Amino acid sequence: MNRMAETASGRLTAAHVLEYPYRRSVGPVMGAFFTGLTERRLLGVRARDGRVLVPPVEYDPESGESIGEMIEVGPGGVVTTWAWVEKPRAKHPLDRPFAWALVRLDGAGSAMLHAVDAGSAAAMRTGMRVRPRWKAEPEGNIHDIVCFEPERA
Amino acid sequence: MSEITNIVTPIRLDYTYTAGHATQRFLLGMAEGRILGQRCPECAKVYVPPRGACPKCGVPTTDEVEVTGKGTVTTFCIVRIPSDVLSVPPPFTCAHVLLDGADLPFFALIQECDFDAVRMGMRVEAVWAPKAELAATFESIRYFRPIDEPDAPYETYKEHL
Repeated sequence: MNRMAETASGRLTAAHVLEYPYRRSVGPVMGAFFTGLTERRLLGVRARDGRVLVPPVEYDPESGESIGEMIEVGPGGVVTTWAWVEKPRAKHPLDRPFAWALVRLDGAGSAMLHAVDAGSAAAMRTGMRVRPRWKAEPEGNIHDIVCFEPERA
Repeated sequence: MSEITNIVTPIRLDYTYTAGHATQRFLLGMAEGRILGQRCPECAKVYVPPRGACPKCGVPTTDEVEVTGKGTVTTFCIVRIPSDVLSVPPPFTCAHVLLDGADLPFFALIQECDFDAVRMGMRVEAVWAPKAELAATFESIRYFRPIDEPDAPYETYKEHL
């Protein structure tokens, strides 16, 4: 803990940080997804019922069987639902107002949560087309997609 | 780029800690080189550091009690595995010290002592920071060191393990 400081009211307070810097192994399926991001490719996995799940999972959500056939999707997609963030917080992906949205990438049967940089809530609508904005130097994590943006901005 | 096999997913909370009444009294005591606890008015147990209430009786602990820096090691652990989050480089000994007159062991570093000499029942005393460096922090007590007294009998601290 940092040094306590006395506030105007005489109460002792201190800035405190609790942090767990976890490093987790990702396995073959998520590993393929993250490796794809480094090549600006979006990969899903085919479930037993034929749907392509993005981000991919290792087990079929219905039967629990192992699955792992990787299918490329996107890069464009459709917003299936969204919520506007008027005042972004320090750890949000964008420092200006944005939308958290579920984006169903072209060819995918499930939607992925990400940020959409649309400028204003008025520019957002369910069903709108979006495409990823990529980070200059991909590192193999979800932040390689800076955000999604309207396809014809 | 090579295949991604793992990712870093930090979990981080930034917040402002505000000391309650009891902790504030304790920390202000630290800044004066004093160890302040509180006694339960029902069971008479003395809590150091105080939390403002007795967890057993569920009543406020309003009586302030000062204890000395002398105490007994109840349990200990020698840390040899390095980690980014440790403020002391390993190896080091951390221990629970039951201060004389207190009923709650106090977390402490043990120094000025070989690792293999640390033992349950060992008598120790607090080594304070120089007066100019005393502050409202646990770190005002730098560590505990052995004192030349016979070990405390197990019966005197067995309820505090």
